Amino acid sequence: MLAALLIVFREVFEAGLIVGIIMAVTAGVPGRGLWVSAGVAAGVIGACVVALFTGGLSQLFGGSGQEVFNAGILAFAVIMLTWHNVWMARHGRELAAELKAAGEAVVAGSKSLAALAVVVAIAVLREGSEVVLFLYGVAAAQGGASWGMAVGGCIGLVLGSLVCLATYLGLVTIPARYLFAVTSTLIAFLAAGLAAQAIAFLQQAAIVTALDETVWDTSWLLRDSSLLGRALHTLIGYVDQPTAMQLIVYAATLATIVVLMKLFSIPPQRRPQTA
Amino acid sequence: MNVGGRTRIAACLAAAMLTGATICCAVAARADDTVSLSVTLKDHQFQPAELHAPAGKPIAIHVKNLNTIVSEFESGDLHFEKIVPVGSNAIVHVRPLQPGRYNFYDDFHHATQGYLVVP
Repeated sequence: MLAALLIVFREVFEAGLIVGIIMAVTAGVPGRGLWVSAGVAAGVIGACVVALFTGGLSQLFGGSGQEVFNAGILAFAVIMLTWHNVWMARHGRELAAELKAAGEAVVAGSKSLAALAVVVAIAVLREGSEVVLFLYGVAAAQGGASWGMAVGGCIGLVLGSLVCLATYLGLVTIPARYLFAVTSTLIAFLAAGLAAQAIAFLQQAAIVTALDETVWDTSWLLRDSSLLGRALHTLIGYVDQPTAMQLIVYAATLATIVVLMKLFSIPPQRRPQTA
Repeated sequence: MNVGGRTRIAACLAAAMLTGATICCAVAARADDTVSLSVTLKDHQFQPAELHAPAGKPIAIHVKNLNTIVSEFESGDLHFEKIVPVGSNAIVHVRPLQPGRYNFYDDFHHATQGYLVVP
């Protein structure tokens, strides 16, 4: 029971941080509840499908199928997050102004919501497939599901969901005029962390081998396997022993997002010329 | 409207291209000095429970799961995590290491612990 509780809590906790941020990012956008729920539902279904085919998946790409798959969906999540931030930089203000006005803003908003729903689905899929595999494995070993496992899993699910709720409630207390800046920053770091994680999978598969020396070691300060370490790993991509390639990809992703946001943001409207 | 659409497509393309380019640049052939190690999971024990490898060389660990349930072969010290279904083989690659004693475990069954020793 305790093992089920811990595993379920840990995975729901990690996915919950991301879902909490995305709930806060989309606070006030009509229809977001539906999109986020759809993302979670798609993620749960996806997790079961991935768990079902793990054996086959592992054998692809010369035994590195899991790594390639993980890197692929992480890269896709990075693109969705980047796109959202760039889109918000361009349309965020007008969207906020016209939110109550009309259907057009709702339609426009839902395009960005779709990208974020994909990110929710990917987060739930990744963490969820581990839960499914673990619980299935335990049930198979016991010759059936047990009450202890079900109770442990449910407690883990509730505790993990509380983290999601706390993340959301914490973020929405931020005054509305700062919320956009805060969430854009959070999403940029989230994306950079996921990109570095994708590289870590490719390094584990030996598909990426260049620049694989460890640059620094902060494991004496905070291990990335501890609870706080895991939270920071999910949020900003903290790792205690990053490789040079992970750092480069991290920095390149952050830079790309910042540059694209600047390039595509709305120019200030009709400011009086000062020069 | 048209400008907005193009902008969005451009943003997506740029992000995708950068990701792709970074990954492509990163792919390089590795000199074939990888040290190959093997470990088996059986009755929730690593066999052998202690592996040995030289310092400064890339390492490939082959793991075979002979338990009756699925395992997650994982190490915080060595930076890998991989699901290993029942009866199947898996391989993880580890970057060149400094001397030390590195812990690995079955993340689905924490009593199952093993070590990689680099003299």
